[in-house]
Amino acid sequence: MEEFIKVNDVFYQYESFDEETDAGYALCGVNMTIGRGEFVAIVGHNGSGKSTLAKHFNSIYLPSAGEIFVDGMDTADDDCLFDIRKKVGLVLQNPDNQIVAGIVEEDVAFGCENLGVPPKEIRQRVDEALRAVDMYDYRRHSPDKLSGGQKQRVAIAGIIAMEPECIVLDEPTAMLDPKGRDEVIDTITRLNRERGITIILITHYMEEAVLADRVIVMDSGKVLTEGMPPEVFSQVELLKRHRLDVPQATELNHKLRSCGYELPECVLNAEDCAQALYELIKGMSL
Amino acid sequence: MSVIKAEGIKLVYGAGTSFEKTALDDVSFEIEKGEFIGIIGHTGSGKSTLVQLLNGLLKPTAGRIFLNGKDIWQEPKKIREVRFKVGIVFQYPEYQLFEETVYKDIAFGPKNMGLSEEEIDEKVRAAAAFTGVREEWLQKSPFDLSGGEKRRAAIAGVIAMDPDVLILDEPTAGLDPLGRDALLAQIQNYHAVRKNTVLLVSHSMEDIARIADRILVMNHGKKAMLDTAANVFSRGRELEELGLRVPQITKIMMLLKEKGISVNENILTTEQAFNEIINYLGGSSRI
Repeated sequence: MEEFIKVNDVFYQYESFDEETDAGYALCGVNMTIGRGEFVAIVGHNGSGKSTLAKHFNSIYLPSAGEIFVDGMDTADDDCLFDIRKKVGLVLQNPDNQIVAGIVEEDVAFGCENLGVPPKEIRQRVDEALRAVDMYDYRRHSPDKLSGGQKQRVAIAGIIAMEPECIVLDEPTAMLDPKGRDEVIDTITRLNRERGITIILITHYMEEAVLADRVIVMDSGKVLTEGMPPEVFSQVELLKRHRLDVPQATELNHKLRSCGYELPECVLNAEDCAQALYELIKGMSL
Repeated sequence: MSVIKAEGIKLVYGAGTSFEKTALDDVSFEIEKGEFIGIIGHTGSGKSTLVQLLNGLLKPTAGRIFLNGKDIWQEPKKIREVRFKVGIVFQYPEYQLFEETVYKDIAFGPKNMGLSEEEIDEKVRAAAAFTGVREEWLQKSPFDLSGGEKRRAAIAGVIAMDPDVLILDEPTAGLDPLGRDALLAQIQNYHAVRKNTVLLVSHSMEDIARIADRILVMNHGKKAMLDTAANVFSRGRELEELGLRVPQITKIMMLLKEKGISVNENILTTEQAFNEIINYLGGSSRI
């Protein structure tokens, strides 16, 4: 896979750093590569440096040491700032904090207007972006009347309209109800599969992380481990030691397997878990 | 006698204006003293409105709310007492910290209740212990704590008023899995020790399944269900139609049953599922 983002030994220290409390570095030596078109989930406990890292991907924060390249451009290079922000869009946790206009389609157009896209093309891009997140029917609605999941999809549409190559989402579902969560996650996976948009999803929900091509686990400002979801989530004890969890399906399978039952090394969702248990039970009753 | 009784409550926002919206419509229920109730429902289902009605922050357009058998609006001037008895921890309560020190912030409620210095001190320390606020944080500024620590301090501030009913609106939103588990365990412990009533609003079906005795399901301003956790989560299809889900572990057991394996599908935790499968296999392997 072609390299899209390259993070080279990045350190970051907040300016409000207080020597007395010795808060230290939020990031201390992060290395990672994100491929073009890849869907990567980043997990880690509160304070592990996930959100700090997310803000580095489009130059909101600059590394205190080390460097980050987006499509070959150094995020610390002022001349590249505009191009980097065009390529990498950021969606945050609280949908209410990222909606600026009184009408859905105006909100979605906001980013494009700032990029100086011609009005005719803005119209096209907005319509298309709203269709992509399945919110076209709501284009003339007021955002404050929408549900959390709908608002979050409008925020994503605003990013899509800017035609980024990569979308970084920092806990986009933390405040949503179960249906809203599913809507947002379906939208993200579709954008990745159908349009090849690179997705970096930061989440505390392991059920979401298992959907990614690759999972990166952060701890104490560093990458603890990474790999395909089955590789990462089969390390149940390691994850628990680092304040994380695994989906209930994975945990049940792991516990039964530890008792000596013949089950797959790792299952990630309810369907696979039920199927594995079914096969186990059938096999034993023969 | 029930600790809280809602009798046909209705709440209309902006009545008589073009923005009129009925947030709650004819909701009735009773909650017994000492129960642990989970409240679930889609965004806009009326959960937050309901919670604010229960301690008199909002006044119902119609219907009545009883606290320990007494209509809370019978003497509107005494509504302040209701607010001490029904404590609400709102979403992201850490944004409401304001005092110079954590100690003063936790003491704010008891102080307003007019308690003596000694009583306040006792309440502050007991509340801090319940929520895991460490002794050494008490003299710090609340703004020097981490996000998770701030949340604990904020919850302690409500617990310090020693309310008969504690209501928490999404207390674990944004916490990492271990932080989530630790906070829920502390709330469970508080409930077990104080033996008072706790209402927990959450979007996490897994958390609610693990912790609640009974679950109130809200849908478009109406009460959709009020039943034991096992009964509510056995109605998976209906919950999906309401924009809700069953816990993943419950779903696994339901799928297994659909495949013709006669396991008990009223399973709410991984622990229960593990035991059920072990039992089932123990039985079948002997055949």
